[in-house]
Amino acid sequence: MGLDIFLQHFLNALQWGSFYALIALGYTMVYGVLLLINFAHGDIFMVGAYIGFFIATFLLGIGGNSFAIPSWLILTLTILGSMVLTSGVGLTIERVAYRPLRERGANRLYVVITALMIGLFLEYLNLSLLGAADRGFPELIQTDVYTVGGVSFTNVKLIVIGLSVIVMVALEVFLRRTKIGMAMRAISYDKVAVPLMGVPMNAIIAATFVIGSSLAALAGIMYGSAYHVLSFDMGILIGWKAFIAAVVGGIGEVRGAMVGGFLLGFIEIFVVALGQVPGFEWLSSTYRDLVAFTVLLVILTVKPTGLFGVARRQKV
Amino acid sequence: MLKKITFVILALAMTLPVLTSCGGGGGAQVIKIGLDIPMTGDIAYVGTQSKRAAEMRVAEVNDAGGLDVGGKKYTIELIIEDNESKAESATAAATKLITQDGVLAIVGPQSSKQAVPTGEVCNENETPMISPWSTNPNTTLNRPWVFRACFLDPFQGPVIANFVTNEFGFTKAAVLYDVASDYPKGLAENFRDAWEKLHGPGSVVAFESFTTGDTDFSAQLTKIKGTDAEVLFTPQYYNEVPLIVKQAHELGLTQVIVGSDSWGDPKTLELCGDACEGLFFSTHYAAEGATGATKEFIDAYEAKYGETPGDVAALTWDAMGILLQAIQNTGGLTGDLAKDRAAVKDALGQIKDYDGITGKMTFTPEGDPIKCAVIVQIKNGKFNFYDQACP
Repeated sequence: MGLDIFLQHFLNALQWGSFYALIALGYTMVYGVLLLINFAHGDIFMVGAYIGFFIATFLLGIGGNSFAIPSWLILTLTILGSMVLTSGVGLTIERVAYRPLRERGANRLYVVITALMIGLFLEYLNLSLLGAADRGFPELIQTDVYTVGGVSFTNVKLIVIGLSVIVMVALEVFLRRTKIGMAMRAISYDKVAVPLMGVPMNAIIAATFVIGSSLAALAGIMYGSAYHVLSFDMGILIGWKAFIAAVVGGIGEVRGAMVGGFLLGFIEIFVVALGQVPGFEWLSSTYRDLVAFTVLLVILTVKPTGLFGVARRQKV
Repeated sequence: MLKKITFVILALAMTLPVLTSCGGGGGAQVIKIGLDIPMTGDIAYVGTQSKRAAEMRVAEVNDAGGLDVGGKKYTIELIIEDNESKAESATAAATKLITQDGVLAIVGPQSSKQAVPTGEVCNENETPMISPWSTNPNTTLNRPWVFRACFLDPFQGPVIANFVTNEFGFTKAAVLYDVASDYPKGLAENFRDAWEKLHGPGSVVAFESFTTGDTDFSAQLTKIKGTDAEVLFTPQYYNEVPLIVKQAHELGLTQVIVGSDSWGDPKTLELCGDACEGLFFSTHYAAEGATGATKEFIDAYEAKYGETPGDVAALTWDAMGILLQAIQNTGGLTGDLAKDRAAVKDALGQIKDYDGITGKMTFTPEGDPIKCAVIVQIKNGKFNFYDQACP
């Protein structure tokens, strides 16, 4: 494998890992605060992408009629609009489906099952409203291909990677430096004592869902820009894998989700890439998921709490 | 014993009126052909097109004074049964056509989901059946009474390999396919075998797979980029083709990308846009750029229904044509339905070089046609007839 091909794989892995990391963040943040595995999160990603699709199509439609809106403005409005609306969806789900159960003291298992059902509900709502046909995501960013020294990349790829890194750094700063961020971390540390200190539990939970859903919406729009095709079931597989990434990183740990997401992206890409290295030709891309998940299993066997997770004593 | 004989006699007596109604009726002799098609349900549009094509064909024959079989003129009567796009309704419709209507042969059902079980009904009831559109090998497998008018899935592998070799003179190929889906997997393997037969072992330099639902193919495509492959074959569906083609462009791949009939969905054009411009795939038939008899059929269809006929219409036209040809080839009908059905079946099996609008056809002993495929090029956002390719 030459250096150019290696760098090409490296860039691919960065982009693919960005999606896993952004979605894994949503899983891990909700888990950190509520100890709830929000299995609907993959479908929130799908909802975010579709909302983005409709906003973008609407704005482009206006532009075509009378006054043209510059494309950077459309992109910004699409991202912001989708983030706001998807947060609304996330909040509604929390308010309608999870909070009533929590307030009645239902076992966490029931909430997880509810989350699974919400995921299916979102998928089939989409299917029945919009039909099974895939949608082509409008090209908000004019895709340009650059080739430097045999490595090809698009401006979209750079934007995806750049935005993800910026968002993750911002999130880290938010959690470490702001009051709400501190409250989130405190609640994940102790769910009994912290509310007694005057921290508004429901508001913090709502903030968690807003952040998680916004990140999913951002991931959805970037996914649409990078892969161009949306379908009602686009969130299932990527959602499951991002969840696994969050667990491998140490669920509940924000840094863990980022590392886990990129790790999974890198493993998936480089298992395929390894087939090019002399001596590994037998390793066909058919084995990709098998090898990728074996590696993750080994990591979890050695460190069951995940890479960044700390074992916490459960009070029985 | 006696009971059995009475039963047989009774049964014979019951079929008698059917036979007499078939053979009798004074001067105008009638041949009944059953059409088992989805007029309602999720592929209703397939049924609409089949009905139109079959009716056009029948009208053509009847307007010319009927079908000449062994010196006698017969009028063709089409009996259409709706199979509701369901497997169980399709078998029920076939049973009704065979036992109640007493048809000589059945054309349909169209999709493999209905054609596979219906083939069994027709085979057991010893009635010839031609499915115009079903590509699943099981439809005709071990069923001497069942035929089809389209080629089978595996057939496209060698066709595409030949086309790429002759058209571009390439010798190294790469394949990218979904390992978890029957159609792409089978076709990918067929293509690999055919290609290696042409260019020797090792000429398929990359045989890469993914699983259904994957959307990022960058790793596989980068791997292919690193090989000396000149062509990339990807027998995927309309939702994956745009992803693969666009990602290939974005990764700087220069290989020519070719595909199979699963590309032939208008959605491919919509989702892929300019990225798919100039690419090739194999299929049954193409309306754009057709010539000769195919063009005549398309023009007649468009004039009558104001729409361009799809492949299912063209194949139904051919299936009807083959059946009428076979009936003529029997050299004369006896009026005994069982005997006539057997004669039609034998005649179908002996059809050679039938000149259909979807290509020349000769039936194999399994009832599958040996025919040429159409190579389509995506040009100006349309599927354009480019060439014929034979195995």
